[in-house]
Amino acid sequence: MVANLGFGTLLITFLVSIYGILAAYIGARRNSPALVDSARNAMLLTFPLLTITTVSIIYLLVGAHFQYQYVSEVISTSMPMSLRITALWGGQAGSLIFWSWLMSAFASAVALRKWERDREFLPWVIMVSLITLAFFLILSIFVENPFASLWQTPSGNITTGMFQPAGTSLYIPTNGNGMNPYLRHPGMIFHPPALYLGFVSFVIPYAFAIAALITGRTDDRWIRITRRWTLVAYLFLSLGLLLGARWAYDVLGWGGYWGWDAVEVSSLIPWLTGTAFLHSVMIQEKRGMLKHWNMLLIILTYDLVILGTFLTRSGLLSSVHAFAQSAIGPLFFGFIGLTLIASLSLLSRRWNELRSSVEMGSIFSREFLFLLNNLLFVLLFIVCFLGVWYPVLSEALGIVGQKIPVLSSVFNGQKVTVGPNWYKDITPFFFAGLLLLMAIAPLSAWKSSNAKTIARSIWKPFVGSLLVPVVLIVFGMRLWTALLALWLSAFAALVTLYEFWRAGWARHQARQENLPLALWHLAGKNRRRYGGYIVHLGAVMMAIGIIGIEFFQTETQKTIPQGGEISLGHYTIQFTSLSVFDTQDGRNIARAVVSVDKDGKYVGELYPRRDYYYESQQPLTIVGLRSTPEDDLYVILADWQSLSTAGATFKVYHNPLVWWLWRGMIVFILGTLIAAMPMKEAEKVQVKKAVPVTSKAYSP
Amino acid sequence: MRKSIFVIAFSLGFILLLAGVASAQQSQPTPSDDQVNAIAKQLYCPVCENTPLDVCPTTACARWRDLIRQQLAAGKTEQEIKDYFVKQYGARVLGTPPPEGINLLVYLGPLVAVVIGIYVLYRVYRSWNKTVPESNAPPSSSGLTPEQDAAQDEYIHRLEDEVRKG
Amino acid sequence: MEEITTEQAQKPSQKVIPRWGRMIAWVGLLGLLVVVAMVLLRNQQGPVAVGQKPPSFTLTTFDGKQIGPAEMAGKVILVNFWASWCKPCEQEAPDLESAWEYYQPRGDVLFIGIAWTDTESASLAYIERFKITYPNGPDLGTTISQAYRTTGVPETYIIDKQGKLAYVKLSPFTSLAEIKTAIDPLLGP
Repeated sequence: MVANLGFGTLLITFLVSIYGILAAYIGARRNSPALVDSARNAMLLTFPLLTITTVSIIYLLVGAHFQYQYVSEVISTSMPMSLRITALWGGQAGSLIFWSWLMSAFASAVALRKWERDREFLPWVIMVSLITLAFFLILSIFVENPFASLWQTPSGNITTGMFQPAGTSLYIPTNGNGMNPYLRHPGMIFHPPALYLGFVSFVIPYAFAIAALITGRTDDRWIRITRRWTLVAYLFLSLGLLLGARWAYDVLGWGGYWGWDAVEVSSLIPWLTGTAFLHSVMIQEKRGMLKHWNMLLIILTYDLVILGTFLTRSGLLSSVHAFAQSAIGPLFFGFIGLTLIASLSLLSRRWNELRSSVEMGSIFSREFLFLLNNLLFVLLFIVCFLGVWYPVLSEALGIVGQKIPVLSSVFNGQKVTVGPNWYKDITPFFFAGLLLLMAIAPLSAWKSSNAKTIARSIWKPFVGSLLVPVVLIVFGMRLWTALLALWLSAFAALVTLYEFWRAGWARHQARQENLPLALWHLAGKNRRRYGGYIVHLGAVMMAIGIIGIEFFQTETQKTIPQGGEISLGHYTIQFTSLSVFDTQDGRNIARAVVSVDKDGKYVGELYPRRDYYYESQQPLTIVGLRSTPEDDLYVILADWQSLSTAGATFKVYHNPLVWWLWRGMIVFILGTLIAAMPMKEAEKVQVKKAVPVTSKAYSP
Repeated sequence: MRKSIFVIAFSLGFILLLAGVASAQQSQPTPSDDQVNAIAKQLYCPVCENTPLDVCPTTACARWRDLIRQQLAAGKTEQEIKDYFVKQYGARVLGTPPPEGINLLVYLGPLVAVVIGIYVLYRVYRSWNKTVPESNAPPSSSGLTPEQDAAQDEYIHRLEDEVRKG
Repeated sequence: MEEITTEQAQKPSQKVIPRWGRMIAWVGLLGLLVVVAMVLLRNQQGPVAVGQKPPSFTLTTFDGKQIGPAEMAGKVILVNFWASWCKPCEQEAPDLESAWEYYQPRGDVLFIGIAWTDTESASLAYIERFKITYPNGPDLGTTISQAYRTTGVPETYIIDKQGKLAYVKLSPFTSLAEIKTAIDPLLGP
């Protein structure tokens, strides 16, 4: 009953979307506002419809109706209610509905904005949004249907389908598979929604870009409209990535936060092009330059977002994340191919109209530095893309070696791994470059900065930053790469803080406001700029955390009996006790108590655990973590041998500075929020006499 | 007499030497977990993708770690152990593709990309500098330092105040 | 209050993007899409399918013997991928051995066991445990399993006397009868 309701609304939404696409297209070509409005209503209608679909799925999940294939896959009777709701995005079919639901929500939000100034964009924005939505609905209706039931044939085989095949009877398992224990962590509960929100939000700027290309309104109007959307997309995408990293740190038990796994990197890739886009649109807004480039970037980001969703779904790149292989691959591929070709054709048609007048002073002008920023992000994108696709590519190209024996040693088709070490050898250069840019660009002005003007303002933070490596060398640090990285971080941080200070001080002097209030007002009036600076500060904090853990992590592993000790650096941990017991919700828990000493002094206790889930027969390690700004002590019960008080194996990691990574995360997100916040309407001023007003007053 | 003492001493010495050599070979300590991990970290599970051997929880991986331990105890070097794993299980156990054949793409690719990037940057710089500077750009923002920016903010704000009062 | 946007005066257009530049861009894009399509197709293929000619290989057994195309010609070959750490493999091991003892006297059937990503000592222990007498060897470098595009263990491929793949089983055999049902039709007159 409920399933039929859900599937019914899914179908209706699909039909409504098709209608909307046609109405928008015809309405635009025939210049019929009535049709376009009808299309807009269709777009608005998709949201309540899909909400019913989504609620239906949740109902089936919460009620543990195991006759439905999806419910059997992701729910088990031992799961609590709250967890069952999150199972909506625990598997493929549910995730796709969730994606569609978010898409309809955002498309509706766009439909509800004031369109008077941009009437010509409306039909195309509707069309692009609904085409994207319709694609995901096709996947849900025809390939991964969450409402498909399980049927048993007379011969005993189990088959699935929406409608009962002839001769079968309904099959209702007594229990389902349940959610992978790894997913039962708060980080993992919010990571998929945040990531999807980020992905889906990027569709909106893309839709406007396509509308701009189609209508020929290739000025920066589309950028101004979608400014906030881009920031919102960026906010959620960053949040999603960071939650994933925190989850990996807490749950995966590797002592690390990012494994350069193929699926992780595929969700990083749109973030890289998104960051480049975020910065380069500022150039178009301020100076009217880089129009072609911005179009290319947003088209690329959109298709990378779809590709990112595809790669986590198709099992194409098997990794720790992969879901099972299905027919979804060819459909995604077809969609990405078609949209790429269509978008690029549109772009090439309008190519000459995207001319901009360009003029620039020196390589220290803000334009050039922003261009450098873009180059670094695009190079990072290329590196990541290569790393993700190369293993699959080399395996597929093995067919060349088979067909042309001469080339068989070149194209040997052997599976290879492109692992973290490859990325870690290459990416630091680009990250260092970005840190350096964060230090220089804020001090450069549009068009006319040169080495001299920059030097004048930069020498103070520069000198200040040199203190950092000097102090570190005095304290014994010798690793020159770490010293360089920390110097760059200090430099970027100081320049950013200097920016705040200078502007705040000027305002304080001009208006006699105290400094904190001056800073507050400053940030309030110019949220994009100062929000952006806060994001940079967050990024620097994260860089410090990453430098600490990447350069200075140490680890050790030992099997010790109860009462035994392990030392690592300044720390000694002692194995106090171990308890092994079963819980009500189907787990067997082995919980160790270890006491931690630092430099001989007792500092606390930690409780590393190993949870074994009987249902899924999977173990989950819970870290015993002690986190301070200086370092983290990370203790896990290694599963190598059976645990007992006679001997338990502990693996201990010492992660310096990683605390800064997580705090920096929070600052980063906060900064993005500030930058995205809408500003008050500028006050309406009654002009009684003519006053020269420069355009500066009105630019955000 | 002296000759026999010499022979006895020499033989004793020889026997002691042999015993010493023999005991040195037997007294190799079992490699510690850390030593095993140092190598296991660099190898990847051939079965479960993208999981390094030191953290992989499966039985198969436990066996491979034991294998590393045995080989370390037998005196094999890190490179020898890695080579053995590659021979047994293929190139995918290594964290980076062996630099041969088409795999050179992953090593040269980033380099080529950087070179192209620098070239693009250079071309853009040249084209941006070629155009004649405009004379009627608004006499605004661009040339100011942020201090002057903020000061101007202030000026404008005071203007607004005055205009409102007036 | 409306925003005032100041547009720079448009300069006359500079060089148009040359035709060959556009051609290269399109060719590059289509090339990329073709490569991705290839990758996808290969991934969708799955293991080698019935009717196709399976990849030829030469296996060095644990005893040091070589088994290659010469030894396999004109016989019904049963290729079984297994591993000592694989629980389902243990289910079918006794049945496979019984089947081998049944067919071996004929002389035109050959069973080959391939130990996939296994350690030698563990493999030999497994063979000892199930008293397996047909030839077994390690899949060095996982070349054979990659050629067959296997996705796990246990998997069994049965090749007929003409060298074509006749039967594929991607899970353990449930009984001796099942093995016989698979092989008997291929034995010919």
